[in-house]
Amino acid sequence: MTNQLFKPETTEDLQDIVNEAREQSRPLLIQGGGTKTGWGHTPMAGDRVETKKFAGIDLYEPAELVLTAKSGTPISDIEELLADHAQHLAFEPPDFRGLYGTVRSSQTLGGIVACNLSGSRRIQAGAARDHLLGFEAVSGRGELFKSGGRVVKNVTGFDLSKLMAGSFGTLAVMTSLSVKVMPAPEKTRTLLILGLDETQAVRAMTTALQSPHEVNAAAYLAATQGRRSSVSYVSGAGQAITALRIQGPGPSVSARLEELYRLLSDAGDIEELHAHNSKILWQEIGNVAPLLPNRTAAIWRMSLPPTSSPAVAARLKTLEGAEIYLDWGGGLVWFAVPDCGDADAKFVRACLEECGGHATLMRSTEEAKACVPVFQPQSTEIAALTMSLKSNFDPAGILNPGRMG
Amino acid sequence: MKMPAPDKQILSRRRQIVGDLEAIIASAGGSGLTAGSVISDPISLKAYECDGLSAYRQLPMVVVLPNSTHQVSDILRYCHEHQVKVVARGSGTSLSGGALPLEDAVMIGLGKFNKIIEIDYGNRCVVTQPGVSNLAISEAVAEKEFYYAPDPSSQIVCSIGGNVAENSGGVHCLKYGLTTNNVLGAEVVLMNGDVMRLGGKHLDPGGYDLLGVLTGSEGLLGVITEVTVRILRRPVIARAVLLGFSELEAAGDCVGAIIGAGIIPGGMEMMDKPAIHATEEFVQAGYPLDAEALLIVELDGPQVEVDHLIDRVEEIARGLGADYMRISENEKERELFWAGRKNAFPAVGRLSPDYYCMDGTIPRSRLPEVISRMKELSKEFGLEVANVFHAGDGNLHPLILYNANTPGELEKAENLGAEILKLCVEVGGVLTGEHGVGVEKRDLMGTMFTETDLNHQQRVKCSFDPHSLLNPGKVFPTLHRCAELGRVHVHGGETRFPDIPRF
Ligand SMILES: Cc1cc2nc3c(=O)[nH]c(=O)nc-3n(C[C@H](O)[C@H](O)[C@H](O)COP(=O)(O)OP(=O)(O)OC[C@H]3O[C@@H](n4cnc5c(N)ncnc54)[C@H](O)[C@@H]3O)c2cc1C
Repeated sequence: MTNQLFKPETTEDLQDIVNEAREQSRPLLIQGGGTKTGWGHTPMAGDRVETKKFAGIDLYEPAELVLTAKSGTPISDIEELLADHAQHLAFEPPDFRGLYGTVRSSQTLGGIVACNLSGSRRIQAGAARDHLLGFEAVSGRGELFKSGGRVVKNVTGFDLSKLMAGSFGTLAVMTSLSVKVMPAPEKTRTLLILGLDETQAVRAMTTALQSPHEVNAAAYLAATQGRRSSVSYVSGAGQAITALRIQGPGPSVSARLEELYRLLSDAGDIEELHAHNSKILWQEIGNVAPLLPNRTAAIWRMSLPPTSSPAVAARLKTLEGAEIYLDWGGGLVWFAVPDCGDADAKFVRACLEECGGHATLMRSTEEAKACVPVFQPQSTEIAALTMSLKSNFDPAGILNPGRMG
Repeated sequence: MKMPAPDKQILSRRRQIVGDLEAIIASAGGSGLTAGSVISDPISLKAYECDGLSAYRQLPMVVVLPNSTHQVSDILRYCHEHQVKVVARGSGTSLSGGALPLEDAVMIGLGKFNKIIEIDYGNRCVVTQPGVSNLAISEAVAEKEFYYAPDPSSQIVCSIGGNVAENSGGVHCLKYGLTTNNVLGAEVVLMNGDVMRLGGKHLDPGGYDLLGVLTGSEGLLGVITEVTVRILRRPVIARAVLLGFSELEAAGDCVGAIIGAGIIPGGMEMMDKPAIHATEEFVQAGYPLDAEALLIVELDGPQVEVDHLIDRVEEIARGLGADYMRISENEKERELFWAGRKNAFPAVGRLSPDYYCMDGTIPRSRLPEVISRMKELSKEFGLEVANVFHAGDGNLHPLILYNANTPGELEKAENLGAEILKLCVEVGGVLTGEHGVGVEKRDLMGTMFTETDLNHQQRVKCSFDPHSLLNPGKVFPTLHRCAELGRVHVHGGETRFPDIPRF
C-alpha cells in the first residue's frame, strides 16, 4: 500500500482517519508545517496527517491575556496579531527551520507546543508547557477530548496540557489550543561582556541572574560562534561575548542597565546593544544560528544545572572539532561535534552523569539516529510509565510510532 | 457526599494492618522511631479527621508517619500488595477535601519530612522534603534576599508537598505563576512502591512531562517525598495602590485597562462591598466603606519601575472614575493595605458562624454579569455572599455565609455554591482556580467535561495507579475500572501494533 497524505478539515475527518488507521494498525505521521520532522527518531513509515487546514485564530482577548487558535495556524500569523496589540508569546518560541533545513515551510502553533519549545526567556517565563492553558485533541483512540480551559488560572482535573506539551504527537493530535499571552516589553537592551571563558561567563551570568535587576536572558558565545553573528558588534568583537538581556518600561531598563554596569564592572569590557541588534542576536541564539554554518556536525542540546556547565563544556571540548555555546545562564548547552558513528552519544551523556540533566541529539545522520537514543534514556520506572501512558492514549500505537524512541 | 463504600474485608483486618505497619516502620527506621509513628487510637486519630473543608469528617483507619522515602516505599508496597487504600496528607489545609480520610484507608502523614535538604543559590533552587511549609522555604533563603514565589494565603502552615499536589496559587501568580511553573523536580513514590525521580535542577527534562501531570493531581498519582523548587531574587521594592470604585463594572474595566496597557502587577485583588465592610471592621485598614468595589494593585520590581508604573496605574484608574485612591508610602502602609484582604476569611468568619469558600475562575470581562447573577442567587437562597477576587486572573472567591447549626443550611450553602460554579463554567470559566476539585467539586466535573474528557484524565490515573488505591473518591465523579477504560472498540484484526523498536 502506498502512503497517503491526509489533510483533514474538521475534527470529524480527523477522527475518521485515526479510527481507520487504528483498525488497520497503520501508523500515522502527524505534522503541522513539517518543519521539525528531523527532531526525534524517524517514525515507522505510514500515512501523513497534516494539521494545516486546522487554521485560524478563534479568540483573542488582549486584556484577558488569552488567545485560542487551531493547531495548524502558522505561528507567524499569531505573532503578527499579537505584535499589533503590543503583546507576545513570552516563551519566545525559537525557529528551528534553519536547523532542519525547512525554511520554506512555516511552523505551526500545534507543532511548537507538541515539541515544548522555548527560547532564551525560558529562565524567566517558562516554556510552551507553561503557556498552554487548554486544548482539544483527537487521541489515538479516535476520540475527541479536551482539557484545561481558556482562563489563566485553573486546576480543574488533571493537567493534560502538560502531557501534550513535549509529547511530539505520540499521544493525540491537537486541533485547537488556548495559550497565555503577555504584554511585550517596551524597551530592550543587551549588555555584552567581552572576552570571558566559560567559567568566567557562567560566574558573570549567575551574578546577574542572582541580582534583582531582572535579567531575562543570559547566553555565552565563544569567539568562533560570535564571529558568525550578523550583528556587527558581536561578529566584530573578535572575542567571546557574554550577553545579558534586560527588558521592561523605559525608565526601568535605563536604571537597571546602570546597576548592572556597576555590578559587573570587574568582569570585563562591556558593550551595549540596542533594540534592533538585541532582537537579532537573541533570535540567532534561540535558533541555533551560531552552530549552523558547521553544516555537517551532529548537534546536541543539553539541559543541566547552570553552574555545572563550565565543567561539562570543558569535557565536551576535549572532543576534536567540538563547538559550544551556552544559553539559559549556562543551563542550556548547545554542542556541535563532527558527525560520525554514534555522534559521541556515550561520551556526551557520560558528561551529565554527575550533575544530572539530559541531552537530546537534535540533528545527525540517519545512521547515528538509528543506533543512538535521540532523547535522554529514562529510568526503568519512568520508561514503564511512559509506555503505559502511550498505550492508554494510543492503544494501537499508531501516532508517530517510534518518534520518541 | 457519597464516598466509595468501605471494604468490609479490609476493615475486619484493621488490627493486622496496624501491626504490619508498625513492623514496617520498626524495620525500616531502626529502633526508637516506632513510638507515635503509627496512630490507631480513636482519640489521636481525631486530629486527622478532616482538612480545611471541615464540613466533611471521617476518621482514618490508621495514620502512619514515615520519615524516609524508604519507609514510604515500604508502606505503599505493602498496601499495594494487600489492596489497601491510601490517602496522603500534608498539613491538611486543603479547601476541597483532598485530604479527607477514608474509613478503610491508611493515611500517610508527611509531617516528619520537615527538613530543607539543600539551598543552591548558584542554580537558584531549593531541594526540600515535602512536609516543609511554603513560608519556611522563603524564610530559609531570605538572608540572601531570595524567596519562593507562589504564596497561598495558608503559606504559614500548608506544606510544599501539598502545594505541588494541589498546584496552589496565591496573590502573586499572575506575574510569577502557579506552583507548576515553579517546580523543577520531585521524588515520587508510586502506589506499587517504586521510587521515581522527575526533573532536578535542570529545566524541561525530556520525555512526557510527568512532573507537570503530577502537579495538581491531588494525591491521586503518587506520594511526593522530595521537591526541588526554583527561587527568585526578591524585588527591590513593592508598593500598593488602593482604588475605590462606585461601580463594580468600572473596577473590572480598570483591571482590564491596566493589563491592556502592558502592566502585569505583582498582585491585583478585588473585593466587593460586603467583603470591604467585613475586613475593614476586622483590621481597620482604612478601606473606603462607601465603595462598591475596592482594588488593591501591587507593583513590584526596581524602584524606578515601580514608581513609574504606579503613576500609570493612577492615571488609568482616574480615567475610569476611581473615586478613592491611596498609594502606600512605606512598607508598613503597604502591609496594612493587604491586611484586610489577607484576613478576608477570618473577617468574614466573624460575621457569620460558618462560611463556605468557593473558587471558580471566569473570563474577567464577564465579571459584572457574574456578580449580578450571584446577587440574584444569593437572594434566592437567602444566604449572604461576600466576594474576594484575584482580579488579574479572574479567580473568584465568593464566601457564602451560613450557620451549620441551622438544619439544612449547610446543604443550602453547598447548593448555592454549586450554582455559582455552574455559572462560572457557563460564562467560559472553570470550577476551580487553585483549591482543587477534591470531594467538593467532584460531582460537578460533568458540567465542564464530557465523559470522554474525563476518561482521558482517568487513563493517566490508570498508568500511575491501576487499582485505584491512592486517594479514591476524589476528583472523579465515577471511577471506571482501568480494564474497562483500556478497552478499545475493535472491528476485527490485530489492534496492537507489532512491537515498536525501543532503546
Ligand atoms: C485559610 C486558608 C487559605 C488558603 N489560601 C489558599 C490560596 O491562597 N491559594 C491556594 O492555592 N490555596 C489556598 N488554600 C488551600 C490549601 O492551603 C492548599 O491547597 C495547600 O496547597 C494544601 O497543602 P497541605 O499541605 O495543607 O495539603 P493537604 O491539605 O494535607 O492535602 C491536600 C492534597 O494534597 C495531597 N497531598 C498532600 N501532601 C502530599 C504529598 N506529599 N504527596 C502526594 N500528595 C500529597 C493530599 O492527598 C490532598 O489530596 C488555603 C487554605 C486555607 C485553610
